[in-house]
Amino acid sequence: MNREGYEAVIGLEVHTHLQTKSKLFCGCSTEFGKAPNENVCPVCMGMPGVLPVLNRHAVELAVRTGLATNCEIAPRSIFDRKSYFYPDLPKNYQISQYETPIGKGGYIDLPGHGESKRVRLVRIHIEEDAGKNIHEMNSSLVDFNRSGVPLVEIVSEPDLRTANEAVTYLRELRSILRYIGASDGRMEEGSFRCDVNVSVRKKDAPKFGVKTEIKNLNSFRFVEKAIEHEVGRQIKVLEAGGKVEQETHLWDPEREETRPMRSKEFANDYRYFPEPDLPPLVVPTAMVESVRRAMPELPAVKRARYVRDYGLSGYEVGVLTAEKETADYFEAMLPGLTNVKMAANWVMTEVLRVANESGKAPPEAAPAAAEVGTLLRMVEAQKISLNAAKTAFAAMCTSRKSAEATVAELALAQVSDEGAIAAACAKVIAEEPDKVAEYRSGRDKLFGFFVGQVMKAMGGKANPKMVNEILKKKLAA
Amino acid sequence: MAPSSELNCLTISEAAERLRRREFSVLELTRACLERIAAVDPKLNAFITVTEEEAMAQAEAADRRLKAGAAATLCGIPLGIKDIYCTAGMRTTCASKILENFVPPFDASVIAKLRREGAVFVGKTNMDEFAMGSSTENSAFGPTANPHDLTRVAGGSSGGSAAAVAADECLGALGTDTGGSIREPAAFCGVVGIKPTYSRVSRYGVVAYASSLDQVGPFSKSVRDAAILLRTLAGEDPQDSTCSARPVPDYERGLTGDVKGLRIGVPKEFFVEGMQPEVEKAVRAMLKQYESMGATTREISLPHSSYAIACYYIVATAEASANLARYDGVRYGLRERAEDNVELNEKTRERGFGAEVKRRIMLGTFALSAGYYDAYYLKAMRVRTLIRRDFERAFENCDVIVTPVAPTTAFRLGEKMSDPLTMYLSDIFTISVNLAGLPGLSMPCGYDANNLPIGMQIIGPQFSEEMVLRVGDALERSGAATLRRPAL
Ligand SMILES: [Zn+2]
Repeated sequence: MNREGYEAVIGLEVHTHLQTKSKLFCGCSTEFGKAPNENVCPVCMGMPGVLPVLNRHAVELAVRTGLATNCEIAPRSIFDRKSYFYPDLPKNYQISQYETPIGKGGYIDLPGHGESKRVRLVRIHIEEDAGKNIHEMNSSLVDFNRSGVPLVEIVSEPDLRTANEAVTYLRELRSILRYIGASDGRMEEGSFRCDVNVSVRKKDAPKFGVKTEIKNLNSFRFVEKAIEHEVGRQIKVLEAGGKVEQETHLWDPEREETRPMRSKEFANDYRYFPEPDLPPLVVPTAMVESVRRAMPELPAVKRARYVRDYGLSGYEVGVLTAEKETADYFEAMLPGLTNVKMAANWVMTEVLRVANESGKAPPEAAPAAAEVGTLLRMVEAQKISLNAAKTAFAAMCTSRKSAEATVAELALAQVSDEGAIAAACAKVIAEEPDKVAEYRSGRDKLFGFFVGQVMKAMGGKANPKMVNEILKKKLAA
Repeated sequence: MAPSSELNCLTISEAAERLRRREFSVLELTRACLERIAAVDPKLNAFITVTEEEAMAQAEAADRRLKAGAAATLCGIPLGIKDIYCTAGMRTTCASKILENFVPPFDASVIAKLRREGAVFVGKTNMDEFAMGSSTENSAFGPTANPHDLTRVAGGSSGGSAAAVAADECLGALGTDTGGSIREPAAFCGVVGIKPTYSRVSRYGVVAYASSLDQVGPFSKSVRDAAILLRTLAGEDPQDSTCSARPVPDYERGLTGDVKGLRIGVPKEFFVEGMQPEVEKAVRAMLKQYESMGATTREISLPHSSYAIACYYIVATAEASANLARYDGVRYGLRERAEDNVELNEKTRERGFGAEVKRRIMLGTFALSAGYYDAYYLKAMRVRTLIRRDFERAFENCDVIVTPVAPTTAFRLGEKMSDPLTMYLSDIFTISVNLAGLPGLSMPCGYDANNLPIGMQIIGPQFSEEMVLRVGDALERSGAATLRRPAL
C-alpha cells in the first residue's frame, strides 16, 4: 500500500483516574484489586434517592493537572448529566463537565522532537468512571468498584500526525500526571486509558478527513498499532475511491485490527443538562495560586535543568527523568557529591537494574538514596574503590544497612597505610627481579603488572593512588 | 378540629405534652393509630405498607426514653411516611411496580433524624407513582380516597399522607412537594402542609422526581405541629450538597400570634376565571380576617405566572427523564427476562412504569434531545428566572403572598384521569412557588357546599418559614379557620 502523499490527523482523549483515597461523589475507597463490589455504597450504586457530594481533593488534583498542562482554570464551572443507558453506569447517566470544563486552552510540548512540537489541549474536565462488565458463559455480571472513581478527561486538538508522536504525547502526559501526583498512570489497571480520533487526508489538503474513533486503548503499544492499522485502513478505503465512515471502533489486540462497534452499543444523544444535585463548582483564585505554588518541578523543566546544571546528555536525562521516582532518587543521592556524572551512571546501571529485576520502583528496590550517596562520596574520597562500592550496594539491597556499616562489616575500606603498602611493593619488587629489570630497561607497560601484584597481595584493598606513587618511586630507585 | 377522646385524634403538641405527663404510653398511642388504620384504611387506601411490628418496637423504645426523661418533642409520635422516602429495611415502592419489592439498605437523612428523636413510623403512605400526579390515582397500589368524601380524590402526589393525617390514622406525616404535591392534597383533605424553601430540608434518600424542584415537608393537624415537625426536618446535611447550611430557627417559638403591620400581597393573576366561586370567597374572607387582626392587604402582580405550568412541565420532566433512567432492571427492583441489556431495559421499563410516568419520561427526553434543547429546556430555564424575579419584585411591597391552593375543592375519582392536561391545571397556584424555590404553607380556610375543605396558601420569601408559619398560626388561633373532622 502506498502511504506517500497522505497525512494522518490524530487527536487523543485521555481518561485518567485521579489519585484520591475516596470516590468522586461518595466516601467509598478507590483501592484497586478489591473483590468485586466491595468498594460500593448506595451513592456509587445509583440507588434511588441518593445524592452526589463532590470530593474536594479530586478538584484540587484536577486543578493541578490543568496548571501542569498550561490550562486556564475556570473560576466557576458546572457539572452536567450525560445520559446513556449502559449496565455498568448505575444511574444511566454520568456526571461530567460539558459546557464549562474546569481547564481550557492548555498545551504540552513534546520532548525529543527536534524543534519543539506543541500539542494544544481543547479541555480538561472532571467526571466519574463507570463500573465494569464481566461477561461469563451465559450471563453478564457487573463490578461497580470502579463506578464513581474520579477521572479527568484530557482532550487534545488534532495536532498529532504520526503514531510515534501520539505515543510521545501520551508518555509525556503520563509523566506529567505522575510528577504532580494526580494519577498513578497505571495503564494495565485502567487508570490511564485513551480514545484515539484518526482521520487521513491528502498532504496539503485544506480540510480534515472523516475521522473514526478508537475506544479504550490501554497500552502504548496498542495505541501505536491501532493508529498504524487505522491509518492504513483509511488510506486503503480512499485509494479504492471509497469514503471513510464516521464510526466508533474497538481495537482487537488478538487480531491486531480495529473493528466497528455495533451501533446498538452506542446510541448517541447524550442529552446533556446541568446536574441539579450539585451546586456550581467554584475554584477561588487563592486555591489556584496555592496549587500553583505547591507545584513540583515538571519533567520538561527538570530535563532542561539536568542538561544545563549537570552537563548530562539528552539520553541520560531522558532515562533519569522518565519516572519521577527515579529522578527523585537521583537527586537525593547528590548532596555532597562532586561527580554528578558518576551518580547518574550509578542510577542508570546499578539502581535501575535492581529496579527492573524486582519490578519495583527505585525507592523500594534499592537502598535509600542517601546511603548510596554516602557510598559514592566514599569512592570520591578514595575510602573505597568503585568495585567495593558495587559489592556494598549489592549487600545493602538485601540487608538495608547503612553504607558505613556495610563497608565496615565487609572490610571494604581501602588501606592507606603507607608502611604496609611500601612493604607490599618491596616484596613484589624483590620477588620479580627479571620483570623489574625489563621495566627499568624501558618496558613501561609492565607498571600495570606490578600494581596488580601489589593489589593482589593486599587483598584488593590498597589505595590505588598510593600504590601508584610508592611503586613508581621504588621502581625508579 | 372537633375534640375527640381518641388518642389518635390528638395533635402532636397535645400528645407530646400528655406523653410527658405519662397520661398514656406511646404503646397506647401507637396502638390507637394502628387500630384506626385497620378500621378505616380499607376504605381510604392511604397506606401502601403498614409497619405494625416496627411501629410497636419503636413505641416501646420511645416509652423507655420518655421514662428516662429529656426526650425530644417528636419522641413517641406516630407518623406516616410517604412511600418515596428510603427507609432502611422497610420497603420503599414509590407507588411503582418497578420498585414493588425494593427494600433500601439506608435511611433518608430526614428519616434518620426522626428515628434519632424517637418518632414512630406507622407505615408508608400512598402517592402518585414517583410523585407524578395531582390526585394519587396514578399509584400501582390503587388510588387513595378523600376522607371527607370517599368518591373524591385525596389530591396528589402526597395524597396518602394527607388523607392519613385527615383521617387520624397518624398524628403527622411526611410528603414531598415538586409542584404542589404537599399543598394541594393538604387543601383537598383539610389539613396543614408546608413546602419549605428549596434547600431548607435535605433531599438525601428521597427518591428523586425533579431534583431542582423537589422539597420535603410535613402534614399535620395544626400549624403549630407543622412548625414542630419542620424544626426537626430542616437543616444542613453533609450528604446533600444543595442543602442550606443556614441555622434553623425554632419555628414553634416563632408562633407569636402577632400579624400587626403585616403586608399581605394578593396576586391578581391568581384569582382567575373558572375558579370555583366558593374557593375565592373563602380565601377573601380570610384576608378580611387578617385585616381585622391588624394586617393590610394589597393587590400585586406576578406577570409570568401564566407560563409557570408550561415551564414546570419542561424542567420537571427533563430532570425526571434522567432521574428515572436508573430503573433498568440491572441492580434492584423489577427485572424482566431478556436476551440482552437493551431488551432488559425496554421490557423492564415497559412493564414497571405506569402511563403517567412514561408520558413524563418521554416529554423530558424529548425536551432535552439534540435540536430541541434550546427551544424547550433552555427557554424554560429563562422563564423560570423571570418567575423568580416576579416574586422578588412582589416581595419588595409585601411580606407574604396569600392565594388559593387549588382552583377547586377535591374532584371526583376518575374525573380527570383521562385528561392529563386538565389534571395539570390543578397545580396552577402552587407550581410557580416551586419554580422560585419559595416556602408555601397550605391550611384549611373553609368548606364548600359539599362540605369539602378549601385550602389557602401563604407564600413567603426564601427562608421565611418562621414568618409563614406565624401568619398561618395567627389565623388558626383566631378561630376563623376551623378544621372539621371527616365522618368516616
Ligand atoms: Zn460509594
